[in-house]
Amino acid sequence: MAERPLIEARRITFGYGAETVLEDVTLAIDPGDFLAIIGPNGGGKTTLVKVLLGLLRPWSGEVIWNAPIRRGRMGYVPQFSTFDKGFPLRVSEVVLMGRMDRRRLLLPYTRQDRAAVAAVLERLGLTALAREHVREISGGQLQRVLIARAVVAEPEILFLDEPTASIDAESRDALTGLLEELNRRIPVVVITHDVTGLAPLVRRIACVNRRLVCHEGAELDPHTLEDAYGGPVELVTHGAVSGVAQRILHRH
Amino acid sequence: MPGFFDALSYEFMRNAVLAGLLAAVLCGVVGPFVVVKRLAFLSDGLSHAAFGGMGACFYLHLDPLLGAMAVALFCAVALGLVDTETIRSYDALIGVFWAVGLAVGIVFVYKTPGYAPNLMTYLFGNILLVSRHDLGVLLGLAVGVFLILGLFWKGIVAVAFDEVFARVQGVPVRFLMTLLLTMIALTVVLLIQVVGIILVVALLTIPPLIGLMLLNDLRGVLAVSTAVGVTITLGGLGLSYAWDLPSGPAIILLGAFLLFAVYAGRKLRGGALRSLPALRRE
Repeated sequence: MAERPLIEARRITFGYGAETVLEDVTLAIDPGDFLAIIGPNGGGKTTLVKVLLGLLRPWSGEVIWNAPIRRGRMGYVPQFSTFDKGFPLRVSEVVLMGRMDRRRLLLPYTRQDRAAVAAVLERLGLTALAREHVREISGGQLQRVLIARAVVAEPEILFLDEPTASIDAESRDALTGLLEELNRRIPVVVITHDVTGLAPLVRRIACVNRRLVCHEGAELDPHTLEDAYGGPVELVTHGAVSGVAQRILHRH
Repeated sequence: MPGFFDALSYEFMRNAVLAGLLAAVLCGVVGPFVVVKRLAFLSDGLSHAAFGGMGACFYLHLDPLLGAMAVALFCAVALGLVDTETIRSYDALIGVFWAVGLAVGIVFVYKTPGYAPNLMTYLFGNILLVSRHDLGVLLGLAVGVFLILGLFWKGIVAVAFDEVFARVQGVPVRFLMTLLLTMIALTVVLLIQVVGIILVVALLTIPPLIGLMLLNDLRGVLAVSTAVGVTITLGGLGLSYAWDLPSGPAIILLGAFLLFAVYAGRKLRGGALRSLPALRRE
């Protein structure tokens, strides 16, 4: 019997103002999934994730969580920081916010919370930056800080929006190792243009361009990808890892 | 400045100093949130929106302060609960409250039979005319603000810093945002009638800006902001007494001078005080 999906998005339609961004999108995320969401800029990838997270309410359709995931245990790493970098907080304090829990809202952070932050910072090579102000670190470092903040929450599902967009090769390796380890326990959903970077981990690919163009790990042919990206796309398959094709996508 | 200390034998001067200190402390802890959330316009908007409540209370023969507080609470709750996806700009909404409140106030004053009071005088309090009752109200407000910040510090900081992440974490964002805005709104409306809008805006912005230039962590900024507020309030009152200057402007100009001095100092040093080793230690 097939495993019951953890999250089911059924016939989601959503837009901003009068503009429809997602139309009739149905998508399931399984426990243990590593789903890459690809598609052109403005195609609705981030919006879809925000709908799944409950940050946006769809115009029609519904998102069903088949397993109860505790509030505060949904990890989310946005593509861009959603805060003012001038806010007087240090890197360690930003990551510590990942340990916030509705039930312990009135209680101070514990020694365990701080130990967990120190461990994640070390894992992501951020220990030296712990006392730096978030304004004083680079874009790539900030992205790793946001990843650390999501991971330190011990999430039961993790969503990452373009996590490899501005980090160097070494940091990407560290991130890949971390995601691989997390994916042994929890499903991971990654919005990316860089499928090759995460290829060994990706189990399924969903192409979103307003509609869900392809899904369920079906073989991607050039026509489908052109449909997804709204233009010519080169598809290069170079071997397979665990039965999953590795693909390089280049927009012409 | 022996003359200034001699003046403290007068009750009005003692009350002015106490009111100034309470205002400085309140603005010192609330101001940094106003600055980092870019809500400086809120203080101006609320002061004029409160005019509507005061006008209504005047018409109904009630204490205008009640009307001002009711409007402040209404605006805070409305701003906290409003759907930010639909209303894209806090600033614009505050502008609406600004205009509508003033309009409502003018209508009520116009419809009140007999002598039409100049309610605008409520907006320009005089720190030298502070009564014991005013001091009691400010003390109550200060206790309330410290209690709220003490209890909800973690959540309020999280919501003020990153609302989106706080929502994903399951933090009650709207409740905490409403709490933060209520705290700011009540501080603004009550202080305005005691020390005047100009001094409130100055104390809500100058000390936090200095704190933000000097330190990296929010608690430190609150502490510096409070200390700067207290310093410029006492110093300004002293200067006001010594040189026969109006008290509010003396406080504000001293604050502006300090702000410029810290800014210039930072530029000349090529770095912030926060890079000094002694201040980097926890």
